[in-house]
Amino acid sequence: MRPQQPIERHTMAVIVDNEAGVLARVIGLFSGRGYNIESLTVAETNHAEGLSRITVVTRGTPMVIEQIKAQLDRLVPVHKVSDLTVEGPSVERELALVKVAATGEARVESLRLADAFRARVIDTTTGSFTFEITGNSDKIDAFVDLMKPLGLVDVSRTGVVAIRRGAEGM
Amino acid sequence: MPPEAQGNIMTGADMILRALKEQGVDTIFGYPGGAVLPIYDAIFKQNHIRHILVRHEQGAVHAAEGYARSTGKPGVVLVTSGPGATNAVTGLVDALMDSIPIVCLTGQVPTHLIGSDAFQEADTVGITRAATKHNYLVKNVADVGRVIHEAFYVATHGRPGPVVVDLPKDIQVEEGPYTGSPQTKHRSYQPQVKGDLKAIKQAVELIAAAKRPVFYTGGGIINSGPAAAQLLREFVHMTGYPITSTLMGLGAYPSTDRQWLGMLGMHGTYEANLAMHDCDLMINIGARFDDRITGRLDAFSPGSKKIHVDIDRSSINKNVHVDIGIVGDAGHVLEDMIKVWKAGVHRPDKQALAAWWAQIDKWRDVDCLKYENRQDVIMPQYALQRLHALTKDRKPYFTTEVGQHQMWAAQFLGFEDPNHWMTSGGLGTMGYGLPSAIGVQLAHPDALVVDVAGEASILMNIQEFSTAVQHELPVKVFILNNEYMGMVRQWQDINYEGRYAHSYSASLPDFVKLAEAMHGVGLRATKPEEVDGVIEEMMSVKRPVIVDCQVAKLENCFPMMPSGAAHNEILLNAKDAGLVRSDDLALV
Repeated sequence: MRPQQPIERHTMAVIVDNEAGVLARVIGLFSGRGYNIESLTVAETNHAEGLSRITVVTRGTPMVIEQIKAQLDRLVPVHKVSDLTVEGPSVERELALVKVAATGEARVESLRLADAFRARVIDTTTGSFTFEITGNSDKIDAFVDLMKPLGLVDVSRTGVVAIRRGAEGM
Repeated sequence: MPPEAQGNIMTGADMILRALKEQGVDTIFGYPGGAVLPIYDAIFKQNHIRHILVRHEQGAVHAAEGYARSTGKPGVVLVTSGPGATNAVTGLVDALMDSIPIVCLTGQVPTHLIGSDAFQEADTVGITRAATKHNYLVKNVADVGRVIHEAFYVATHGRPGPVVVDLPKDIQVEEGPYTGSPQTKHRSYQPQVKGDLKAIKQAVELIAAAKRPVFYTGGGIINSGPAAAQLLREFVHMTGYPITSTLMGLGAYPSTDRQWLGMLGMHGTYEANLAMHDCDLMINIGARFDDRITGRLDAFSPGSKKIHVDIDRSSINKNVHVDIGIVGDAGHVLEDMIKVWKAGVHRPDKQALAAWWAQIDKWRDVDCLKYENRQDVIMPQYALQRLHALTKDRKPYFTTEVGQHQMWAAQFLGFEDPNHWMTSGGLGTMGYGLPSAIGVQLAHPDALVVDVAGEASILMNIQEFSTAVQHELPVKVFILNNEYMGMVRQWQDINYEGRYAHSYSASLPDFVKLAEAMHGVGLRATKPEEVDGVIEEMMSVKRPVIVDCQVAKLENCFPMMPSGAAHNEILLNAKDAGLVRSDDLALV
């Protein structure tokens, strides 16, 4: 048997034509070939040229990661695939909206924790807060875990966006 | 509007015909329906492009594949919305798997009805997304010309494949400005054809230093064009190394050449498979390490370094890790390899090579394709040997269906030239051969075109025999009739202790009468001494022919590398496979 290769987590940025069906092509590629999607975000980033940027976080052995890149690259509307995990340092951020329904001490505690996490209150009622928090995924996981016993009601997360450090573009 | 643009104003349907004409299309395979009537009306009003009416849309795509594979040009298909498009899907996936350039135009319900579950509406771009290399839904008449030109560009550049253009009916009727030209490219899809020269140099060094090398080539050589096959022959002769090929690559290298080992893989020759297993250098050009080639991956050619040339980067390191991967077109890379080889002092190690050939000759002596010929019954191998011997002077084109007959055809027909062998390799589509032969015959009206078939496969698209009759295409269907889905039965023999679950061809038609009922010619052979006469007659008839060649019922196809076995675990005959031949019983 071949030695088991380690599973790695990679963040990739994919520049695509902003056309109908392009996201379905990318998702279909992952599901059709049995690859994992841990996180996926997409939005138009260059309106003049009609380009969108997809950030996808995936897991696999080095051979599978290579395959994913090559398979993405051969999709016709894909302009460029960049593996941010291997192409030098990069930063990753995720934004989450976290709703907590609580009164009394729990309500005060949620606000205190939010302050420690630099989360902002963007909506409030007498019985609830909605926090906006930005950070890497671990930070958001930690914040959501802390809110659970305090009355967590709802979480909405954007998924990861990432960009390379330094002066250079993609 | 600028005055020069006014001559460019036309209906979407006219744009389609104009774009096809500009692309040099001479033949469309299609079937009309409500959602493509405007296009059919435009076809009616012109004389440049011939339309071949098929009997089922799957047949249209396979015919276009045969046309494409035998000419190197893209095949063009026109079908209606809904069932027209869904019927085409099998053909599209077949073309995708075997890298055949196809442009398939599908009708769609008018744009204002899309999403309303209208009559004959299907989400064609959704359904065909995984069945095509790329697909389009045209929602603006001004895009029609450009999108069709782009579709041809995408279908034929890089690794070829099928492209669907879905055309709503209102877009076909509306008028707008014609856009695009045959020079139209795709703005992001620019595949690499030249290989990295540094990697090519490294590869040539490895090739020159090899002691037990083998060339392993595939459909990529054929797709690259006849020049690539010429360059391959040149390079292989320069090195003096042995060469084998996949099913899809047959014809790129002449099978009469001394360096030719025969096909490799599940039903490949003993010498080809053992050379792959024992080599110290594998030079893969235009093949993709398919599971039918590699057998069990962890036992695949354990001691070799591997070079892989492929136009599709995702084929490299997909199934098998290679030492040198070169992304590029087979022809371009071979040209560079030859240049580099000639520029340096590259002399293969003669002694090592002599020892390697001595070993290969020992494997050859096993004579792995030998079979027990009989006087009382036609052996399928014998029928194909006679077919080869009697037809080879006419440089025939062969297509096949899928199964035992296909593997025997690959083993026994002998191939001298590229683009003369059309078979469904990747998808393994029963019913491929007859429509494919129709496409080949259209492109080569005077050639001898033979579909080697099984009696089960042929019934999957037998309706296309009417297409051949209508268009006066003298294709020959040569059925090796053993009254079994032979390959299914063979696996049931080997893996399921001979429990033949539903692999018996019951209630077969009388194929001779069937041919006659469809206004063709039917011939039959039941004894070995009748085979030659039937083949001669088949060749002399200038009409579509079905030959019902009734062969031994329980013969199995060997060598066989069972699924999950390694190359050196190949079974040479029924005894190896633990089977007792029971043809004598079956004949009683």
